[in-house]
Amino acid sequence: MYRYDEFDHRFVNERVAEFRDQVERRLTGALNEAEFKPLRLMNGLYLQLHAYMLRVAVPYGTLDSRQMRMLAHIAETWDKGYGHFTTRQNIQFNWPRLKDVPDILEALASVEMHAIQTSGNCIRNITSDPYSGVAPEEIEDPRITAEMLRQWSSLHPEFTYLGRKFKFAVTGSEHDRAAIKVHDIGIQIIRNEAGEVGYRVLVGGGLGRTPMIGKELRAFLPKADLLPYVEAALRVYNLHGRRDNKYKARIKILVHETGIDEFRAQVEHEFATMDRAAVTAPEGEMERIAAYFAPPELATKPPAPVEFERMQKLDPDFAQWVERNTYAHRVPGYAAATISLKPIGGAPGDATAEQMRVMADLAETYSVDAMRVTHEQNIVLPHVAIGDLYKLYRGLASIGLDMPNKGLVTDIIACPGLDYCALATARSIPVAQAISNRFADNKRQREIGPLSIKISGCINACGHHHIGHIGILGLDKAGVESYQITLGGESTEDARLGDRTGPGFGYDEVPGVVEKIIDTYLDLREGQRETFFQTYRRVGMEPFKEALYATAD
Amino acid sequence: MPQLIDRLGTAKDPWVTLGAEDVLPDSGAMIVPLERLAEALDAGLELGVHLPNDTDPAGLKPYFDRLSLISVGFPSFSDGRGFSIGHCLRQFGFQGRLRATGPVISDQFDYLLACGFDEVSLPDSIAERQPLEHWAATPGRISLGYQRGLAGRGSILDARRAASYAAGRG
Repeated sequence: MYRYDEFDHRFVNERVAEFRDQVERRLTGALNEAEFKPLRLMNGLYLQLHAYMLRVAVPYGTLDSRQMRMLAHIAETWDKGYGHFTTRQNIQFNWPRLKDVPDILEALASVEMHAIQTSGNCIRNITSDPYSGVAPEEIEDPRITAEMLRQWSSLHPEFTYLGRKFKFAVTGSEHDRAAIKVHDIGIQIIRNEAGEVGYRVLVGGGLGRTPMIGKELRAFLPKADLLPYVEAALRVYNLHGRRDNKYKARIKILVHETGIDEFRAQVEHEFATMDRAAVTAPEGEMERIAAYFAPPELATKPPAPVEFERMQKLDPDFAQWVERNTYAHRVPGYAAATISLKPIGGAPGDATAEQMRVMADLAETYSVDAMRVTHEQNIVLPHVAIGDLYKLYRGLASIGLDMPNKGLVTDIIACPGLDYCALATARSIPVAQAISNRFADNKRQREIGPLSIKISGCINACGHHHIGHIGILGLDKAGVESYQITLGGESTEDARLGDRTGPGFGYDEVPGVVEKIIDTYLDLREGQRETFFQTYRRVGMEPFKEALYATAD
Repeated sequence: MPQLIDRLGTAKDPWVTLGAEDVLPDSGAMIVPLERLAEALDAGLELGVHLPNDTDPAGLKPYFDRLSLISVGFPSFSDGRGFSIGHCLRQFGFQGRLRATGPVISDQFDYLLACGFDEVSLPDSIAERQPLEHWAATPGRISLGYQRGLAGRGSILDARRAASYAAGRG
């Protein structure tokens, strides 16, 4: 993974000192709250319902054990002993005190971490594929590009007071696990007909109250042009994006209102006329970064050790975990293992300090010290020898993180909702917990098969409900929580926005509604292999609508 | 009386800002509203113009030779269009003085300088709370940035390359 050099260290330390000074100037009144707010947001500090919340950046979700242990230390020292992994591959602490935040930032800096631009109207954490460097079909590790973008976007003088937040995602594989089509700019690493590696650039995707699928801005961008090109795009957005209404200020609205062809013409004009050479990274910089992401040296291991086969027979729970929670590695004899942070009845994405420490130990022992936070709010250990999977599994079982439910109905994404968030209009964690309890039976989950449920507690859609196979949006209707259901959303290269079933449902009704939708699917599917999403695409909304509303009268 | 601050400290503003209805004088240093630029061009003034931040800066290109100063409007500190406008004006080749006019805050001073601005003209309400020391402390607080091609601030990317050469690894 990337390691800081002297310049990165100095930069982050200077930012910590700057923030300490900003906090002091807020306390003396030199900065009023309106002025301080964007400054603290740009350093990840929110004021939530009950307390401050600090969101720490995990660039493209990549962590080592030293960093994970520091997160555990922070959770114990300055918070209530746990943290919450987010859909942006970051981690949030929900109970820090303002006066402790500079110390927390200093602790983070000591392990090459920060909270820079995890909030605010600026370029946010660059997200990527949790199977970077693992997936066999990958063209190039997308974290090299993501790290280039992370550095370029950090405290960018021109683009730190944008009209609204700005999110990049990068994938190195055609199979998109980074949801690039629902980001402000999505980047896919591709190979052109001449065999050169470059980028396909998408723009104007996003969720929130006006969800949109990204459109193609550039079919092929040479790698060397990355920084000037994104700079041109950001400049057009910064100059022309709407400022009159914060709900219409994202780039997706500008692209939609301008039209993709005209928007592209403006970006290409800026790109053609700007001083590209002045902006482009010097020769060797991308190679310097790429060296940090060279594949780890993995000792040759048998692809199917006898002991591994035997343990799967002896321990059917383990066999199920292997089937659901591991992913084929490009190196034979290895797998990427997903640690599900979705225990039955738990808050999606939460981990205690103890769980973080054990995950760190396991990553150090079995996964070349590497971990990834996924946008599905789980943790991936990317390089595990297949012969070590059972030991890893037992280690996870000791801390209650051995759920074999990756990609199943209880692998739910949920925003913090009304339990924490000042913007929320409804609860989302308790809804996730109720659904999880309803479908606790593992056999039943496996019978249902791949299914993503995503829950947001307000229209801002942090829980990505639009791209859930079943999306749940909690709203406030005259003081009562009401949950709107969407079906058929998808986040991958087949990205699509879900369709609304109809009028919303009460808080207590949601688990029953989800059950009804799933029963309808089970009745309709053509054979066990047809997934919920496939069935929905085949039969459409009608039968689901009927099941949900016809009987309600 | 707005407060003028640049890299060197505070200064008495040598420019007079002309209101929309004011009579155009025939001498002195005047910042005129954009819509009065045409009539001011032929007057014997040292000429500056105020550009609201929803205006295309390219429109000023034909007048660069005649303009000694461009003032870019910042209606609020959180409206960052002016940063790109400053960058564009420099990119187009404007070499006169570039002023940010409006309630920007000291934490933005470094970013303004990096985008090609020379000075800020602050309303009193900000200047009272944010004394000159705060503005003087801002430049260089982040000693090197990650971006290239910016005014004032050095680049980590260039420093790395230099360090790499110096170490004989280049």
